[in-house]
Amino acid sequence: MLFGGGLVVKVSGLTLARPGVKNIVLVEGVRTPFLLSGTTYANLMPHDLARAALQGLLNKTSLPKDAVDYIIYGIVIQEVKTSNVAREAALGAGFSDKIPAHTVTMACISSNQAMTSAVGLIAAGQCDAVVAGGAEFMSDVPIRHSRKMRKTMLALNRAKTLGQKLSLIGSIRMSHLSPELPAVAEFSTAETMGHSADRLAAAFGVSRLEQDEFALRSHTLAKKAQDDGLLEDVITFKVPGRDIVSKDNGIRPSSMEQMAKLKPAFVKPHGTVTAANSSFLTDGASAVLIMSEEKALAMGYKPKAYLRDFVYVSQDPKDQLLLGPTYSTPKVLERAGLSMSDIDVFEFHEAFAGQIMANLKAMDSDWFGQTYMGRKAKVGTPPMDKFNLWGGSLSLGHPFGATGCRLVTTVAHRLKKEGGQYGLVAACAAGGQGHAMVIEAYPQ
Amino acid sequence: MAGVRALGVLSRLSTRRYAANTSRTFSVAPAMLARTHVSYEVKDDVAVVRMNDPNSKVNTISIQMQNEMTEVMNELWANDAVKSAVLISSKPGCFIAGADINMIQACSSAEEVTKLSQEGQKMFELVEKSPKPIVAAINGSCLGGGLEFAIACQYRIATKSKKTVLGTPEVMLGLLPGAGGTQRLPKMVGLPNAFDMMLTGRNIRADKAKKMGLVHHLVDPLGPGLKSPEQRTMDYLEEVAIQFAKGIVDKKIPLQKDKGMMQKIQDYVMSFEFVRNQIYKTVHGKVMKQSKGLYPAPLKIIECVKTGVEQGPTAGYLAESQNFGQLAMTAESSALIGLYHGQVACKKNRFGSPAKEVKTLAILGAGLMGAGIAQVTVDKGVRTILKDTTVQGLARGEEQVYKGLNDKTKKKSITSFERDSILSNLCGQLDYKGFEKVDMVIEAVFEDIKIKHAVLKEVEAVVSPHCIFASNTSALPIKDIAAASKRPDKVIGMHYFSPVDKMQLLEIITTDQTSKDTTASAVAVGLKQGKVIIVVGDGPGFYTTRCLAPVLVEAVRVLQEGADPKKLDSLTTSFGFPVGAATLVDEVGIDVAVHVAEDLGKAFGSRFGGGNVDVLKTMVELGFKGRKSGKGWYVYEPGRKIKEVNPEIGEILENYRMKANPAVSSDSDVQYRLISRFVNEAVLCLQEGILNGPLEGDIGAVFGLGFPPCLGGPFRFLDSFGADKLVAKMQQFEAVYGNQFSPCQLLLDHAKDSSKKFHK
Repeated sequence: MLFGGGLVVKVSGLTLARPGVKNIVLVEGVRTPFLLSGTTYANLMPHDLARAALQGLLNKTSLPKDAVDYIIYGIVIQEVKTSNVAREAALGAGFSDKIPAHTVTMACISSNQAMTSAVGLIAAGQCDAVVAGGAEFMSDVPIRHSRKMRKTMLALNRAKTLGQKLSLIGSIRMSHLSPELPAVAEFSTAETMGHSADRLAAAFGVSRLEQDEFALRSHTLAKKAQDDGLLEDVITFKVPGRDIVSKDNGIRPSSMEQMAKLKPAFVKPHGTVTAANSSFLTDGASAVLIMSEEKALAMGYKPKAYLRDFVYVSQDPKDQLLLGPTYSTPKVLERAGLSMSDIDVFEFHEAFAGQIMANLKAMDSDWFGQTYMGRKAKVGTPPMDKFNLWGGSLSLGHPFGATGCRLVTTVAHRLKKEGGQYGLVAACAAGGQGHAMVIEAYPQ
Repeated sequence: MAGVRALGVLSRLSTRRYAANTSRTFSVAPAMLARTHVSYEVKDDVAVVRMNDPNSKVNTISIQMQNEMTEVMNELWANDAVKSAVLISSKPGCFIAGADINMIQACSSAEEVTKLSQEGQKMFELVEKSPKPIVAAINGSCLGGGLEFAIACQYRIATKSKKTVLGTPEVMLGLLPGAGGTQRLPKMVGLPNAFDMMLTGRNIRADKAKKMGLVHHLVDPLGPGLKSPEQRTMDYLEEVAIQFAKGIVDKKIPLQKDKGMMQKIQDYVMSFEFVRNQIYKTVHGKVMKQSKGLYPAPLKIIECVKTGVEQGPTAGYLAESQNFGQLAMTAESSALIGLYHGQVACKKNRFGSPAKEVKTLAILGAGLMGAGIAQVTVDKGVRTILKDTTVQGLARGEEQVYKGLNDKTKKKSITSFERDSILSNLCGQLDYKGFEKVDMVIEAVFEDIKIKHAVLKEVEAVVSPHCIFASNTSALPIKDIAAASKRPDKVIGMHYFSPVDKMQLLEIITTDQTSKDTTASAVAVGLKQGKVIIVVGDGPGFYTTRCLAPVLVEAVRVLQEGADPKKLDSLTTSFGFPVGAATLVDEVGIDVAVHVAEDLGKAFGSRFGGGNVDVLKTMVELGFKGRKSGKGWYVYEPGRKIKEVNPEIGEILENYRMKANPAVSSDSDVQYRLISRFVNEAVLCLQEGILNGPLEGDIGAVFGLGFPPCLGGPFRFLDSFGADKLVAKMQQFEAVYGNQFSPCQLLLDHAKDSSKKFHK
């Protein structure tokens, strides 16, 4: 062992490499532009977006189409026709049909799960090169017939005589026709996520002003990053039947005055979460190429970063739905033997400004740490000058299944750009779950 | 398994500390003592008035609270820096639970109580007419006088917490909402809703209250943040209420909501006098049907509402205060208040806390009782093993538990997710797997001493030494069951009543050998299950079954003497029993009744004679086992509400016909024959030390057997009716029927000395 827990001194050359543990690297990461749902991608299907990301990855890496061992994709809202969206996208992107593919789902950390599954496969020696990614398509969601109607229709399939069929058709009433809409709501509590975020913000005493300020920060930083050409993971995508898109279209720096005019979106009229300080419904896909270091080097790639320790956490889906980062951050740091001050780059998933602020307050509270996390003291907060410096989900957009890869790729790019050594990704997800990963810069 | 289906008011009494309402002394005592119950601070221009009774877990409207509130209100009205106010409680889970019952009980005349009511009315009138808007911020129980206070305020905000309930439970204490409630509620929620609230006394959850127009706005409870969820939720409620108070002053928030189309139509319909009269008539009819006119409070409530609506507020408020005063002096009210106090007392564990908490409970037998016990246990976070001997029996039992929970889901009191996670505490099995981890076993197997012994031995072979063995028998003496035990100190009786999820009573039976810790543990489990508990001594039929048995045989005799089951039922229900005697036997099960009558007949001899048990035996032979078999005295068909007398009963009764003696067979005589045997047996239980005291005797009789709640239980009935009068009646019956009607010594003692009372 090179070092013990917590005693890491930042010296160039010190790494989290461990004897007997394979070094796993991020070779490349790309994503389609993230677009507001209902805009240019409106007529596509989810696998089309995933396909675009995969093709973008192939182009960017010049990877031979049969050179990976496995493909994993994350998605949240499933299109019934392409329930294994990973396989459909891989075939459509021209990958060899000999490469198996599966789809995972874990709400907003679905593509994190895809990446860590890939890491697991490589660490276990099952694979050497895996493509992981995520996609989400909110312009079209499966709206179902009511349960009554479905029951009638299924019975109709089995009906043999015309009489049976007619009597089934005759049994259809108006109430059968009301459709079932999917909602961004917890199944266990039936609470929508925005509502929960508003309650979370209130529980931590996060004011509307703080939320609007954070949202404005996110948009401003994203705009700057976009203008400065820092978002190099974004590929250009010729949308069939439409134009070429090459930029995220949700970045809209506004003014505090403008934002203050908005009415609360979920808790009315006294809530604090508004459309402007929440992430918006987004279409988009992402993909990363993950390899063992040996394989990457053998194939002549220059890896971007090491993927090191990661954790998943989960807690009460009602009152702590979005506190994943608070729980996962100290846990992954402890695993890696790092402290908060060792981290140079933080990329947290911004579901809601109120959620980020609540997490920061939770991490800064001794009482919360002691009462709910069994710690001696507070977790401590990431310094804001290292935090989400190129914007975040609030401004860039948040295609549920695709965000994880964006976070990891951004950390790799920022480490390179800013010259840091360690980066940390943290995210919350529906179901009261959370994730964090430590990423180490690849030596230049 | 003796049990009855409780109906009406009985099933609704629960132990929250509700109270009647009044407020005393609006005139301010000039004593400038430091305030202890009410305080306020001004935030911007909003005065936040906080209530916190330092001596209790709940806020009640007491003299102290009223005086301080009046002082504070006067200061706020005089203070130009204050533009509006927020009224809030500092207690988690309680806004105001009502007024102190003792305040009313301390009065000795109707006039005195009327005066209390008028003072309350005056105070709330001032609140209603407050020039500065007052926002009531409600978290937790807001009942009785508390609700009347809240509805006098200009605006109401409530948390959606499960603990937030609004209601007017006065009727359950034989009273009415006496501080303006009967006048304001109809205006606020409409006649039908107001009657429903005041006549049933039921609790209304926050979301329902919003729909009804009882509160204006709801606030979600918060989870953990930088403070505990409870504390932060209260702070948040206050913050939101302050925002609203300011909004009302700035006219940004309207006090009156625009009426919807339905509301307008309803208002229009209600503007016709004949429609209103029809409502009064219907409600009156319903009340008379359910209460048989035995409860004055519901009728007075209708009267007060009617007076207010038809003759205007002055007459309405006057009627309210006068009727309130009269009701407070009625025997029914003191009986119901007595039951309320008794219920509170029977919700405490006088045996202290047990050495080991029961975390895993096993129930043997997944029948109606066993599954019922499981039903009230799983949702309390206790791991519950339900064991049966057959797959069919187990499946039926598990389905019963599921159905009970699913019904709650349908009523939206729990979510389907909560239902599923509660059910994960239930483990149905056919063997004794995992019994080594069980802390308590409750057996609900067939009532046969041999079977009980067999399961006791099987259980003791597999459980750990600390495990308690409880028998849910209704008549077998516990010491006989314990005779087969290796550890009789761990054996106890837990007699549940069917249906377990509806019936509140649990009768715990201890033997001489039962250890105190075993008793403490059984009481703790019962309390966790939400039961009202009496702890009685061992003996045939314990307390409840022993009181029931003579009534059963007397009922059979009445039938043999020529009354038909419907007549018998109407005689008993018109006396105040929620269920008629014939229906009761059908509910209990004819076969069970045979067991009870024979067992206790053997134990107590001719005193338990009366009707011929062979009547019941013949019925059992013909398959008429009561409701469960579809036929008993009545015919039961699923989906049919009106039940018909079983036509085949006539012939059986004809074969066993007895000649009625006209001297003791008037309707009233029949009623007193039934009731006096019940009461005499209860007093005998006290005399013999089976009962711990008259209070538990009253609670057991009312909550377990449906003794008329308006009479308050056998002992309170004797106190108010007069032991001498009952003894006189019994002696009249004794002359005809013999020792079945011989009053016991303790009853005679009370008859001789009218100053002797069971309840002080």
